[in-house]
Amino acid sequence: MSETRFKRMKDLPSGHLLGSGTPMCAGCGGLEALHEIYDILGEKTVFVNAAGCMTLLSVYPFTPFRGSWLYTAMASAPAGAQGVRDALDILLQKGRMAPTDDLEVVVLTGDGAAYGMGLSATSGAIERGLDFLYVCYDNEGYGNTGQQYSGATPHGARTATSTGARGYPGYKKDLFSILAAHRPAYVATAIGAEPLDLARKVEQAKGLKGPRFIIALSPCPTGWDYDPKDTVEIGRLAVRSGVWPLKEYRDGKVTHTKIPGARLPVEDYLKTQGRFAHLFTPQRNEALLGEIQGRVDAYWQAVG
Amino acid sequence: MTRILLTGNRAAAWGARLARADYLPAFPITPQTEIIETIGSWIDSGEMDCRMATLESEHSMITAAGAAAATGARVFTATSSQGLLYGMEMIYTVAGWRAPFVLVNVSRGLASPLTLEPDHNDVLATRDSGFLQIHCATCQEVLDSILMAYRLGEDARVRLPVIVNLDGFYLSFTREPVETPDPAAVDGFLPPYDPENVRFRASAPLSQAVVVLGGSPYSYFRYESHLAALNALEAHEEIAEEFARTFGRTYGALDTYRTEDAEIVFVMMGSFATKAREAVDRLRQAGRPVGCVRPRLLRPFPEEGLRRALAGKRGVAVIDQNISMGKGGVLYGELASALYGLGQAAPVLVSFIGGLGGRDISAEEFYEMAAVTRSAAEQGTAPPPRLLYTLDELREVRKLQAIAHVERQGLGEES
Ligand SMILES: Cc1ncc(C[n+]2csc(CCOP(=O)(O)OP(=O)(O)O)c2C)c(N)n1
Ligand code: SF4
Ligand SMILES: [Mg+2]
Repeated sequence: MSETRFKRMKDLPSGHLLGSGTPMCAGCGGLEALHEIYDILGEKTVFVNAAGCMTLLSVYPFTPFRGSWLYTAMASAPAGAQGVRDALDILLQKGRMAPTDDLEVVVLTGDGAAYGMGLSATSGAIERGLDFLYVCYDNEGYGNTGQQYSGATPHGARTATSTGARGYPGYKKDLFSILAAHRPAYVATAIGAEPLDLARKVEQAKGLKGPRFIIALSPCPTGWDYDPKDTVEIGRLAVRSGVWPLKEYRDGKVTHTKIPGARLPVEDYLKTQGRFAHLFTPQRNEALLGEIQGRVDAYWQAVG
Repeated sequence: MTRILLTGNRAAAWGARLARADYLPAFPITPQTEIIETIGSWIDSGEMDCRMATLESEHSMITAAGAAAATGARVFTATSSQGLLYGMEMIYTVAGWRAPFVLVNVSRGLASPLTLEPDHNDVLATRDSGFLQIHCATCQEVLDSILMAYRLGEDARVRLPVIVNLDGFYLSFTREPVETPDPAAVDGFLPPYDPENVRFRASAPLSQAVVVLGGSPYSYFRYESHLAALNALEAHEEIAEEFARTFGRTYGALDTYRTEDAEIVFVMMGSFATKAREAVDRLRQAGRPVGCVRPRLLRPFPEEGLRRALAGKRGVAVIDQNISMGKGGVLYGELASALYGLGQAAPVLVSFIGGLGGRDISAEEFYEMAAVTRSAAEQGTAPPPRLLYTLDELREVRKLQAIAHVERQGLGEES
């Protein structure tokens, strides 16, 4: 990571730009990340949103954003960003808009849109070299519709559509690598509970041109079944247990931005959430716990 | 002003060029592709100052079109058939953004079965979306309608996107002499797009397309779009007058042909209406007082005009180049509702379905439809809807079925 103005916690913005009083749940980890991101991006932005929890941020006639907003649909927020960016460029080039009126185009979607329905629109936007920032808040399920499993749901998690003893049978899709394989300007994973790491990544992304992505794991008290006060702690555990590697892709290289020294057992993270309760009660599912731990270990062994 | 031979597709491209469209979000599909290829080549050669973006689907293409219009650019896009339906979620969505742009649909029948040839089920599927619809019958009309569509959609009373429809193959690939208006005259008729307060600027933050809570604000905005679409009738009349003054060609909401003293009238949309006109001339030569009405506007629906044109006629043959399974012709239903309550003056309405997947409608069939409608009028009751099909066609399909049967049996023996 190159030079940063965010060296210590006290370098982070002290005031918050995003208004309060939104209909998000108490303790929403997605909103936590969005606050931190917005403070750095600022109000010269237009957020292009896909269907999901965050769609309810702007409910007529209110909005917490000081800048602009466009809701599109679940599948096509990156295409909406394409239309806005292209139109801004055309108007600038033809002198029909003051350069000071230019905006940073930011896509804001959940994992359901990012990992699934909207993936082809994202891939297309990268192909076209679209100059935009994509923020995915990843609450590991279709949250707005009641937390059914999505392509981002972790193995074994209980969701509204995986209620059996083994939880979700699939495996969380590696969106980071899918995006990086397109060789865009920037891809990073992040989490609101590590604000310094997140701020540096937003700063990096802001300074680049082209397609840029931040995938923020977003602890979700409602969907993950835990007390809203634990959002930050669960976020930290996700990082310290190695479940959520913090990393970035730039110039063809992947760098881990925070390598957990002594990794905590994955159990420490899983135990905090009701969606994994069936792994521990009525009796421990050693096989499944072992498999989950094994996959995390294998990941970090490969990292070296 | 120059007169050149143009396909309907190239006429559409000329419409976008003369309208000085800023932005072309695109995706290929037969029979539309020639439009985006033509504009693309003009951009490459520097003849047109426009930006083209090929999206990865029509769903994205229509999203990008709406988003660019909502940012303040003049947008042109085009599709057909499966493409239009693939983008259907966004057709409805962007119409509510009240950011006008023009979408040319080159009509093509919908799967299944799969075909490339035209009928109107694709464009009619967007009927209730909030897009206005202009249906064309000639290549000249395609070009002219695009210029009018920008004026209409961008009118302060309207502010809705507009679909300009032309039939695949019959217009898209048919070369006709077309006058391309003088660019300066077009600039006079169609000033640069003024996005008013619908645009994104750093100095004027705006939230567009947000959620509403509850049926009351929802209804309010839906009603507003409906009333705006109705305003387009008056706006279209004014724009058509100005167009006629400027370019010498007149386009009403309805194209009426020899209807004044007609007793029987054909009502149909699109290029096949030119066949109806031809039949009208022949029938007139044979002493039958027949006319033709072609709605150019489907949305808004020119109900008053239709009542005026058809009140007092004895019979109306509605020829639908579409089919609503389990109901019949879409235009027939629209027309019946428009003419309801005319009392004594109401003509007998007879429904015909034809021209599906580009199936021709022959002159003899027009004569037959006129005769059936006349006898219905004499009896005062309409026969059940007719699905146009000839015995020869049926024999041909039976042959295909026999071949399919033999082939399948042959496969069975091999395995
Ligand atoms: C085309 C379409 N299908 C389904 C939906 C219903 N829907 C609304 S939000 C949502 C979940 C989105 O999940 P995600 O992107 O993860 O965002 P989250 O709700 O978790 O914030 C779904 C399925 C929709 N809005 N549009
Ligand atoms: S369901 Fe989860 S992601 Fe959605 S608002 Fe609530 S806490 Fe946030
Ligand atoms: Mg989600």
